[in-house]
Amino acid sequence: MAINYLYPDFEVQRNESRCITCRVCERQCANLVHHYDAETGRMTSDESLCVNCHRCVSLCPTRALKIVKTDHVFKENANWRGEVIQDIYRQAETGGVLLASMGTPKPYPVYWDKMLINASQVTNPSIDPLREPMETTTFLGKKSTTIRRDEQGKLITDTTPQLKLAIPIMFSAMSYGSISYNAHKSLALAAEQLGTFYNTGEGGLHEDFYRHGKNTIVQVASGRFGVHPGYLNAGAAIEIKMGQGAKPGIGGHLPGSKIGQDISKTRMIPLHSDAISPAPHHDIYSIEDLRQLVYALKEATNYTKPVIVKVAAVHNISAIASGIARSGADIIAIDGFRGGTGAAPARIRDNVGIPIELALASVDERLRAEGIRNQVSLVVGGSIRSSADVIKAIALGADAIYIATSALIALGCHLCRTCHSGKCNWGIATQNPELVKRLNPEIGSEHLVNLLTAWNHEIKEMMGGMGINSIEALKGNRLMLRGIGLCDAELRILGISHAGA
Amino acid sequence: MKRVYVNEAWCLGCHLCEYYCAYANSGLTDMVKALKDKVIRPRLTIEQEGTISFAVSCRHCTEPLCMKSCIAGAISCKDGLIVIDQSKCVNCYSCIMACPYGALMPSEEQVMQKCELCATNSHGQPVCVQGCPNKAIVYEER
Amino acid sequence: MHYLIIGNSIAAAAVIEGIRSQDPEGAITVVGEERQACYARPLISYLLQGKTDEEKMRYRDQAFFDKHKVTVLCETRASHLDAGTKTVALDDGTTLTYDKLVLATGSSPFIPPMEGLGQVKHRFTFLTLDDALALQQVVKGDSRVLILGAGLIGLKCAEGLFGQVRSITVVDLAPRILASILDEKGSAQVQEHLQQKGLTFHLSDRVKEFTANEALLESGTIVGFDMLVVAVGVKPNTSLAKEAGLAVNRGIVVDTSMRTSGKDIWAAGDCAEAEELVSGQHKVLPLLCNAYLQGETAGKDMAGLTEPFNQAIAMNAISFFGLHVITAGLYEGEEKLFAEEGSYKRLFVRDNHLIGYILIGKAVERAGIYTALIRNQTALDTIDFDLISRQPALMAFAKSVRQQQLGGSV
Repeated sequence: MAINYLYPDFEVQRNESRCITCRVCERQCANLVHHYDAETGRMTSDESLCVNCHRCVSLCPTRALKIVKTDHVFKENANWRGEVIQDIYRQAETGGVLLASMGTPKPYPVYWDKMLINASQVTNPSIDPLREPMETTTFLGKKSTTIRRDEQGKLITDTTPQLKLAIPIMFSAMSYGSISYNAHKSLALAAEQLGTFYNTGEGGLHEDFYRHGKNTIVQVASGRFGVHPGYLNAGAAIEIKMGQGAKPGIGGHLPGSKIGQDISKTRMIPLHSDAISPAPHHDIYSIEDLRQLVYALKEATNYTKPVIVKVAAVHNISAIASGIARSGADIIAIDGFRGGTGAAPARIRDNVGIPIELALASVDERLRAEGIRNQVSLVVGGSIRSSADVIKAIALGADAIYIATSALIALGCHLCRTCHSGKCNWGIATQNPELVKRLNPEIGSEHLVNLLTAWNHEIKEMMGGMGINSIEALKGNRLMLRGIGLCDAELRILGISHAGA
Repeated sequence: MKRVYVNEAWCLGCHLCEYYCAYANSGLTDMVKALKDKVIRPRLTIEQEGTISFAVSCRHCTEPLCMKSCIAGAISCKDGLIVIDQSKCVNCYSCIMACPYGALMPSEEQVMQKCELCATNSHGQPVCVQGCPNKAIVYEER
Repeated sequence: MHYLIIGNSIAAAAVIEGIRSQDPEGAITVVGEERQACYARPLISYLLQGKTDEEKMRYRDQAFFDKHKVTVLCETRASHLDAGTKTVALDDGTTLTYDKLVLATGSSPFIPPMEGLGQVKHRFTFLTLDDALALQQVVKGDSRVLILGAGLIGLKCAEGLFGQVRSITVVDLAPRILASILDEKGSAQVQEHLQQKGLTFHLSDRVKEFTANEALLESGTIVGFDMLVVAVGVKPNTSLAKEAGLAVNRGIVVDTSMRTSGKDIWAAGDCAEAEELVSGQHKVLPLLCNAYLQGETAGKDMAGLTEPFNQAIAMNAISFFGLHVITAGLYEGEEKLFAEEGSYKRLFVRDNHLIGYILIGKAVERAGIYTALIRNQTALDTIDFDLISRQPALMAFAKSVRQQQLGGSV
């Protein structure tokens, strides 16, 4: 056997005094880490196969297992760190692009953690959300810039199509293919219960889920998978996917091995053929081209549904957003570079794009400056991790939030970042029926509903503290934010003062 | 009456229910102490064949053939719950002959045992249900 | 309304439960010959073994009779039945009238005429609790026991006495033991197991003549003994029925509601002869579960709810020194045999249905699944018979059936 340069990242530690050899670890590990040795009557493990997904740890009835980081090291080197060296070994051996999943793990600044939220004291009263009304309902879509009245002087309230969200949080695009049937079902059920929306991603809509259409955003991406008039009309809104935060500028590739019967049918592509999403939309080379697609989709749905254009947060995002706002889109969705993915080249995920906080602040600022902020709603995503992140995003100018990684975590994801292996032990990022089964949508949707219900409570609590009683009044209210440990350039882009100022 | 129901669509064949069952009926409060290095004798059985698996335990029939066949009068119905008086059982296997679900088996002490919905041990609620990671076993009124 | 039950055993208890499920008020009287009220009759061998006691053997306790407001007359024999006047004369001289009557009179040991039998001092049968208690009285560590009959009763008696006596010898006319429930191989396996324990068998043989302490067998063998147990068979107690002019073959003939040919007279248990499911013939099936199910059916029917019981099949669960044997149905048709160390299984299939089985040793696990196939007359082409014949399992049923079994109402 050739030399193996790679030492396992983890160690499986089994507390022998607690292990009852029930073998649940062995049965539940799709990576085949654990084995029962009949001769010794003991469990053994091969940690080189371990992805640290915690399935075994979570199911071990006696808490006999834990996974720890190996203390095996390379000689210390601040520049040539172990991970850098190992990546070179991997590529030297395989000659391939390094694949990665979920959001970048690199230690980039998280601006959410460098902003602080205001609260009322003395001169302006705070509000107790348990005693007083607190509005978290949000409408997404074009807003009129003028007040119009009819001949009798009554307000004219008709608008272009809007999305009504009971809470300002939606589940962002994850395709059926990248995630499982049961994960999709969990999202659909939860969106329905919560009065919000989930997003099909680019993989089409499974026929079983058409019944959840009024809580579904259907996506049209460069591969046009599963797009047909019935699909476009099935959802409450249509999203054109131009880019994704984790892999701006490139397309996607769902290997043929994952294109089983159901997915083939849903995506309208041959069984076991690779599903390749081109990097660009081949019919979009300008804002004018985009406008054509926006209106083509509106025509196809008889102007009954708002159209969202989703882009990745990149360097000149504000100009791009300005163009989109003029394309006829009703909603712009911006995905920050910390956003997740089912599979992306690691170098792109870890190096391309910009943080959502900065993108959001500059887009909101630019659209306001151009006087077109009302023409579009802004939805942002790309690692929103808590209700505090939601508050901060809205105060920076977002109308609503997209979450995906948080939702997957609620479904059991442990962020082992090996979605691309297709062997998700939690039944989320897999098409293996034996693994898909592990996610019971009844439990999944309950967890999602719990999570967002909890966040909504916290949002109301924090808004009340600020003396604000509606999302509407928080929107773009940057006075409610202060920076902490940020330099002048960062503060300027975020449009906020430093704490204490 | 609340009963244990099984939905095989969600059974992962992880066998945890068997271990939780054995623990619940061990009379001990520590799972490790109860089960370590022991051959477990759960009161429910996982059937497994290829990718299909499911737990089988006493259905607490309204017309319990085990009870009607028991030669010792050791099986009785208490408000719908079918229970075995193990002190009366002589281990004749008549109940095994009668039960259409195959839900009775001998205990370590060589008297019959079956699921009694944890109503007769210290847990009070079916522990297999609590221990099932995927709601493949539920305890409810149907 | 007065319900009268003659007999106070399993069928009687079931009749009471059947009546009371429909009629909470009608008067119920039970007349039983035995000293003890309603005990678990098959447990008498376990009593000898010390695995149970008289208290634990109660099949239904006093509270049961109190709760159901039942008048119980013990040690009372019904001597005459007059179906015309609806009266039953008791041996204490009194007469009971009834509106509805159940004959649950059970069966009695059959003792064939044998020369010199009268000379045997310690002579027993083995059917009642008193039989067992009488045996217990005379058992000594150095007793040599001779048992006539290698059937269920004789061998359970042998097991009950085992270890408490010097020797046990079993004689049977049949060439093999348990001939009524086992095939040749099964018999041989159980016999070997019993011989290993120390039992001695003389098969295809019979007692030609008894002296006080010796039996001369037809083969010329002389067996010395101190105690004799005669367990060659039982016969249904049908004299009351015959007197009253009811239809009687071997047992009292009943239909699927346990009605006899006489008006307002039912019969249940070992004395009754009802239709057996697999053969379609009327048979006496002296089995506890049958007695219960027949009794319950009779009780309900008497009280107004007709729920025919037509699933009676022969079946037996029996064990000897830890070796379990479960059998059911008929041993005809095509067969499937699975025999391995410590396990013997023979399944009998006819016309796409399981009609019988013999299971010994480890093969008895979950046997009820097979029993249900016979009882429910499940068409074998609707299940995975290959799988289920290897191992009784619900897996063999269609998913929809399983959903009903494990997720539906029961």
